Order: sequence, then structure tokens, then C-alpha cells
Amino acid sequence: MSFSVMLAQLADGMVRTVGIFFLTLLFSLPLGFLVCFGRMAKKGAVGNLVGILFRAYISVMRGTPLMLQLMVVYFGPYFLFGMSIGNKWRFPAIIIGFSLNYAAYFAEIYRSGIESMPIGQYEAAKLLGYSRTQTFFKIILPQVIKRILPAVTNEVITLVKDTSLAYALAYAEMFTIAKQIVASKSDFTPFIIAAVFYYIFNLIVAVAMEFIEKKLNYYH
Amino acid sequence: MKYLEMDHVKKSFDGLEVLKDISLSVEGGEVLSIIGPSGSGKTTLLRCATLLETMDCGSLSYLGESAAEIVDGRSVYKKPAELAKIREKFGLVFQSFNLFPHFSVMKNITDAPIHVQKRPKDEVYKEARELLDKMGLGDKERAYPCQLSGGQCQRVAIARALALNPKVLFFDEPTSALDPELTGEVLKVIRSLAQMHITMVIVTHEMAFARDISDRVLFMDGGVVALQGTPQEVFGSDNPRMKEFLGRYARL
Ligand SMILES: Nc1ncnc2c1ncn2[C@@H]1O[C@H](COP(=O)(O)OP(=O)(O)O)[C@@H](O)[C@H]1O
Ligand SMILES: [Mg+2]
Repeated sequence: MSFSVMLAQLADGMVRTVGIFFLTLLFSLPLGFLVCFGRMAKKGAVGNLVGILFRAYISVMRGTPLMLQLMVVYFGPYFLFGMSIGNKWRFPAIIIGFSLNYAAYFAEIYRSGIESMPIGQYEAAKLLGYSRTQTFFKIILPQVIKRILPAVTNEVITLVKDTSLAYALAYAEMFTIAKQIVASKSDFTPFIIAAVFYYIFNLIVAVAMEFIEKKLNYYH
Repeated sequence: MKYLEMDHVKKSFDGLEVLKDISLSVEGGEVLSIIGPSGSGKTTLLRCATLLETMDCGSLSYLGESAAEIVDGRSVYKKPAELAKIREKFGLVFQSFNLFPHFSVMKNITDAPIHVQKRPKDEVYKEARELLDKMGLGDKERAYPCQLSGGQCQRVAIARALALNPKVLFFDEPTSALDPELTGEVLKVIRSLAQMHITMVIVTHEMAFARDISDRVLFMDGGVVALQGTPQEVFGSDNPRMKEFLGRYARL
């Protein structure tokens, strides 16, 4: 197999890998806020229950392997409800599995950011008459984003590498294809290409995140 | 007219009684200074007055509008919507400024008048510039709080509170977080507000300043009002606790 043919096949996988990456971020970043608010709920009996449920959710998501979670999402509909699962379900299952898992990690990052905010910011906002929504979106959230950016960067870089776990569901992303070519052609080159690809992907992510951090450096 | 009235205010924190039946009132245009040893409950009293803390017992009203009343020996507060209206009547300047670090000086001052009070932008900006000039910060409107000195931050915080046109302005030790050489510029600003007859309640450890600008001084000790009156009456009092308190300052 010529290098260019190999590269062309791997390129298909790269596109899918990038797809998993962006779709996971698209869903898990906002979902993380939902989980975070659920986790922080404590008003009244309902709030308490919600808090406990989301705490359990985060605990399970962080306490079991992502690969296992992907399997559960993929095979779950069949084993639980007897639904037939086909090729069409593979990609959505991967995105759902990744998003549910990453939302748990993001939720804890958001929570640490929100809880690190000095109480004086809330009190000043209250004195100035801001509503609770205004206070959150105008005063708290922008500062939280700046505070959590380094932790989010870590998580996003991990996600780039974690996309390779989709191979557990035989989804033809970058790593799955590389492994197939290596096995069938007894040629190690695809792994090197894969390594270079993941590394460059992460380099771009790191540079992009650094750029955002710099943009937010106009205050401290 | 009584701009602020608090009666029989009691407040405990897990069994520790911090305010033990405090009553005070402030007339429109009056400057009231609150002095007293640290831990005597001054901050707690201001926090109760500004609705940051709920009183256990006591009534609270601004310009005759009640925020809380005593029912069966306990404070009963008005509904949140009514409290929101009453919040418009006062402002508070914190010891630690609590400016919004991600907002420029201008935005710190103008954001609430524009987005809370829904006043026209042009008018708000114009007033904010006048305020900044008055504070001696005319050239700082684009700066961020982290680029300012403590004294400048505190003056921005004062401008931010004034921009909402409060009827009563509270200060909780506005110069305590500042280096000594910066307290003067903040005290000068507060002094100018007193000359404009803005109603103020000032917790301070600056005795000479309190004596100078106050219409009345209130000396708190151990959660009660130990003494109150004109500056002459309070600072010249024979009250042993007051004398001991002032003595400590004289020795500093
Ligand atoms: N939120 C709180 N929880 C528990 N104790 C408090 C709280 N706020 C104040 N106190 C206590 O109340 C007392 C009076 O505090 P404070 O009002 O800050 O006094 P001052 O401002 O005169 O120094 C202190 O003993 C302080 O420890
Ligand atoms: Mg205090």
C-alpha cells in the first residue's frame, strides 16, 4: 500500500475523529452546566434529592471506564428494551456516551469555578439591584470562565486522545483505521501517522486555548 | 423626614448574640458615624440595614417604607418584589470595594443604571463622567480595577454606588483596606459628599474624620449602642467604655 493511499484512508478516519471531538464539546459543555446546577441544588427536599442524584451521576461517570460507558450506551437499548441496534445507532451512541461522560467532568470544573467566586461579588451585585439571572450571566459566569479555562484545556486535550476509544464500538475513526491497516499490511507507518495526527491536533487545541486565555488576560 | 429607621434590632449567629436590641434613625441629609471596637457588631448592623443579613428581631424602614416589621417578637420581611424596590433607596460601599474586575471603570459605574434602572445610556454616561471628575478619576474611565490603586478603586466604588442615586449611602470602614497614604483621598471624597448633604451612615475608625464630618456619632460596644449624640457629646463623654476606646486610639 502506497503512502498516499494509506494517508487517504486515514484521512477519512481523521475527519470522523474531529467530528467526535467537536460534537462531544458541543453537547457536553452546556450539559455540564445542567449537571453542575443539579449537583449544587440544595434548596428544600426536592433540591436535596436532585443534589444527591447528580452527585451519584458524577460519581458513576467518573468512577467507571469511558469504554464501558460507550458499550452500555450502544448495547443498552438492545439488552434493556429489546430494540434492534444497527449501524445507524453506532455514531449517535458514541456522541451520547462521550457527552454524558465529559459533562460530568465539566460539571465539576464549573462547580469549582463557581464556588471559588468571592461572596462579595454576589453581594455587590445584589446591592446594585441585579436580578439573580443578571448576576449569574453578567457578573459571575464571565469570571468563572476565566478561572476554569486551564482546567477545561486539560479536559479538552484528554478528549482529543479519548476519541480513540470509539474503536471499542468498531467506529471507523482515525485509530480504528490505523489499527486495521497495521494488522492487515504488517506496516507500522499508520501508527506513526496517527501519533503525529493526535499530536498536531492537540497542539492546535493548546494554541487555541492559549489564545483565548490571553484574550481574557485584560484583567485579573 | 426619617430616611432610615431601625428599631429593636437583634441578631445572633449560632447562639452568639451580636446585636442586642439596637435602635437608630437617620434624618434626610444627616451624616451618622458609627464607631466602636472591632467585633462590636458594626458590620452586622450595616448588613442588616442593607438587607444582606436578616434580622432575628427588629423593624427596618426607609423613608417611611417598611422593609421589615416586628410580629410576635420576630422580624417579618416584605415580599422579594417589595424588598427589591426598597433596595433602590440605599447603596453600600464595602471595605474591600467589591468592584467587578472584568468591567472597566466606566462599565462598573454605568452597567446597573442602564440594565437595572433602565435609564437612557447617554444620560447615564454623562452623569458617570461627572461623577468620575468629581472623584478625581476623569482619566480612568477605560481602566480596569486591577490597574488602579486601592484608593482609586474605593473612589470608583463610591461612584458606582452614587450612580444609582441612593437616598442613603452606607460605608463599612471604607479606608481600612487602604495604605495610610491613600486614606486621605477617599476621606476627601466622602467629606465632599457630606457637604452636598447626601445622607450617609459611616462605620469608621478614623476618629478625627468622624468628629469632623458627622452630625451625630453612635458608639457601639458589645452589641449595644453604648452612647450616641453630637460629636462633641460623644467624644467629650465621661462614659468609661468610650474613654477606654478613645484611649486605645490615642496610644496608637
Ligand atoms: N456570618 C457570621 N457568622 C458567624 N459569626 C459572625 C458572622 N458575622 C459576624 N460574626 C460575629 O459577630 C461579631 C461582630 O462582628 P462584626 O459585625 O463584623 O463586628 P465589627 O464590624 O464591629 O468588627 C463578631 O464576633 C463576629 O465574629
Ligand atoms: Mg466590621
